[in-house]
Amino acid sequence: MGKVDFGGVRKDACLAYIPEVQLGDYVIIHVGFAISRVDEDEALKTLEILAQMGDLVQTELATMGPGMDAPAVVSDDDEPVSGVFATPATGAPGGRA
Amino acid sequence: MKHLDEYRDPVLARKLITEIHRITTRPWTLMEVCGGQTHTIVKQGIDEALPEGVRMIHGPGCPVCVTPLEQIDKALAIAARPDVIFTSYGDMLRVPGSTTDLLALKARGADVRIVYSPLDALKIAVANPDKEVVFFAVGFETTAPANATAVAEAARRGIDNFSVLVSHVLVPPAMVALLESPANQVQSFLAAGHVCAVMGWTEYEPIAAKYRVPIVVTGFEPLDLLEGILMAIRQLEEGRHEVENQYARAVKREGVPLAQQQIFDVFEIGARKWRGIGEIPASGYRLRANYARFDAESRFSVGDIHTQEHPACIAGAILTGEKTPLDCTAYGTLCNPQKPLGAPMVSSEGTCAAFFSAGRGLGGLRTLSPAMPLLQVAPIAPARQPDTAEAAR
Repeated sequence: MGKVDFGGVRKDACLAYIPEVQLGDYVIIHVGFAISRVDEDEALKTLEILAQMGDLVQTELATMGPGMDAPAVVSDDDEPVSGVFATPATGAPGGRA
Repeated sequence: MKHLDEYRDPVLARKLITEIHRITTRPWTLMEVCGGQTHTIVKQGIDEALPEGVRMIHGPGCPVCVTPLEQIDKALAIAARPDVIFTSYGDMLRVPGSTTDLLALKARGADVRIVYSPLDALKIAVANPDKEVVFFAVGFETTAPANATAVAEAARRGIDNFSVLVSHVLVPPAMVALLESPANQVQSFLAAGHVCAVMGWTEYEPIAAKYRVPIVVTGFEPLDLLEGILMAIRQLEEGRHEVENQYARAVKREGVPLAQQQIFDVFEIGARKWRGIGEIPASGYRLRANYARFDAESRFSVGDIHTQEHPACIAGAILTGEKTPLDCTAYGTLCNPQKPLGAPMVSSEGTCAAFFSAGRGLGGLRTLSPAMPLLQVAPIAPARQPDTAEAAR
C-alpha cells in the first residue's frame, strides 16, 4: 500500500500492480488500486503535437470544466512528495494490505 | 493539476475542432464505449461541436447501467438477510431492482454499507466475524484487478465470512455484439482508456481487422476525446481500420501484466447477461472453481430469481445507441436522477443522467448550445452554462 494525493486529499492505494512506481509519480487510481502510471514524456509529447496543429484561433474559451477521472500523485502523509526534501514513501510500493 | 489542466485547454480544444471540421468530408457515426467519456462529451457539448453528420452514439460502458436486473434483485435478497452486511460501490445503491433498491432497503434497517474499495469490505469482514459480509463485485476490466485481489486475500487469510456477488462484464465482446447486430450503425469506436490501461489493446486488433472498424484508445479529458475523435475520423476518411492509441500517457499495448495475472488467477471468462442487451457469450468473469466457496449466489441460494423491467423504460435501446433519452416518454417526467426508473439515469456515467445534468431536452434550460462558442472566432463572453450536477452538490 502507498499514499496518494488526489489534489489535496490523501488516501491509501494498492500499488502492487505497478511496482516500478516512484515517489512523486502520477498514477491513475481505480477503486483503491493504481492501474496505470502516467507517463510524463508521453503526456508532454501529445500536448506538443496538439499545440503545433493549426493556429487559427486565439480566443479564450470559458466552457471547459472538470472532467471525470483525476490523476493522483504518489505521496506520503507528512513529507514533501518531490524535490530535494522528498523522502521515500512509508508504505513500500508493491506491498499489500 | 499537472497533466490535467493542460488536457482541458480551450485554445487547443478549438484547434482540434477546427481540424476535425477541416478533414471531415462525409457523415460518420462513432461510438464512445465508456460512460466516463459520455459524461465529458455531453457535459462539454463536444458532440454538438462536431461537423454536421458526424454522430456520437453513447456506448454501453457504464457498469451500473449494464448490471442485469436479476443481479440487483439477488443483491436485494441477500442484503435483506439479518445475518448479512452488504457492501457495494456507492453508485449501485440507487439502481432500481424489480421492487426496491439497496438504499431503500438500508433505510428500512438492512445493513448496507458503501465502500470505496473491495479491500474495505474485507476489513469489515475481519471486524465482524459473526456476520456474513458480501461485496457486490461489479464493473468492467478496470475494477476486476481490485475485486480479484479482495477474493484472493480472503482465501489467503482464511476470511470465510466474506463472499462476492459477481457481475463482471468485458468490453470487447460487447463491441463484437454491437457490430454483429443487423441494426448496427457504429463505424468506429473510441475504446475506453482505463479498461485498456489494465488490459492493453491486443484484444482489439482482430476486431478492427475483421469488422474493418477503426478503434482509437481514448482518454477522458476534453482534449483526449477531441483528439480521439479526430484520429478516428482521419482513419475513416483514409479508409484505414487500425487500433491507434490516443491515451499514450496512460496506456501501453500490453496493459498491466501483473493486474491481468491477478484477474485470471481468480476469475475465468463466462457468459454474462447485460441489462438492456441480453446474454452475450464469453462477455464476463466468474469465479474459478478453486474460489467457488466465495460465491455469494451459491452461499445464499439466490440463483432462481425472476425479474421485470419498468414498462416505460427504454434503457436497452439507449445502451445500444438505437435511441437517445430524448426519445423516451419517461425522461425528465416519470424518470429523473432523484427518482430513476432505469439504470442509465442512476449512474453519473449513464447516458440519461449525463443528458439530464446537461439540461438537454428539459424545456429550454439550455437554449444556447454550449458547443457553439467553440466554433466562434470572435471573442466570446463567458458562456459557462448552469451545471445542475455541480449546483446540486
